[in-house]
Amino acid sequence: MPHEDCRHLLGGLSDYLDGEASAELCAELRRHMAGCEKCRIVVDTLRKTVSLYRRLPEPEMPEGARDRLYKVLDLSDYRR
Amino acid sequence: MSELDSDRNLLERIRRGDKAACNECVQRHAPGIYRLAVRLVRDPSEAEDVMQETFLNAFKAIDRFDGRSELRTWLYRIAYNAAMMRFRKKRPEFVSIDSSEDPDDAIPAPRRFLDWSSRAEDELQRAELRAELEKAIGELPEKLRAVFVLRELEGLSTDETATTLGVTIEAVKTRLHRARLWLRESLTGYFQHYVTQE
Repeated sequence: MPHEDCRHLLGGLSDYLDGEASAELCAELRRHMAGCEKCRIVVDTLRKTVSLYRRLPEPEMPEGARDRLYKVLDLSDYRR
Repeated sequence: MSELDSDRNLLERIRRGDKAACNECVQRHAPGIYRLAVRLVRDPSEAEDVMQETFLNAFKAIDRFDGRSELRTWLYRIAYNAAMMRFRKKRPEFVSIDSSEDPDDAIPAPRRFLDWSSRAEDELQRAELRAELEKAIGELPEKLRAVFVLRELEGLSTDETATTLGVTIEAVKTRLHRARLWLRESLTGYFQHYVTQE
């Protein structure tokens, strides 16, 4: 990504993907991507990266962790 | 009653020494605290210790909580500090790597340009990709990881993330962007591996 325009637009990509970029920046990015394959790839794969992480299953507590926590906190009698 | 109102109510009851309120607080916030801890320390057993330490410290210090932030944000902050203490004791060399690279420096330019965006569509079903995603989080520099986990995975707002970590809103935005680019680069390397095998 050596081109100066690419570097200039790189900092605004997260705002663009989050829908927080100004209309002016959005238009500039779209114009740039139409002629810059590398930037289009970066935007598409960055968007996909964010989307994959948002759908990643949440880690669950190990078995017995809740019971041990309640015991440490002296709350076992209140465990539901 | 919103969660915020409900947390305020809970806070008052915990301050009065109401154990049922402590129980409600744990029920409500332990899963989030555990998720944050395990993604910071990368070890389920250590994460469990961090979770226990968080609630023990929080209940001890409840009178010092000024209520300017949400209860959840305050608990995340305690958990983050506890995780970092353990992390630094265990792996001091990691801290030095992180501190040598300022997370608020200029955004690094992407280096890998493979378009894998359509390949990954249904691949989240694969345990291997899920493991790769988790591994990549683990390889993020500590400060970028904390922002990414809180903001992207735990769904805290930019303000809440800044409060939790004690940094500026601008730092949160820059670190989140850097973390996303870092992870994109890492996942591109993962998918590149398959392309070269085909």
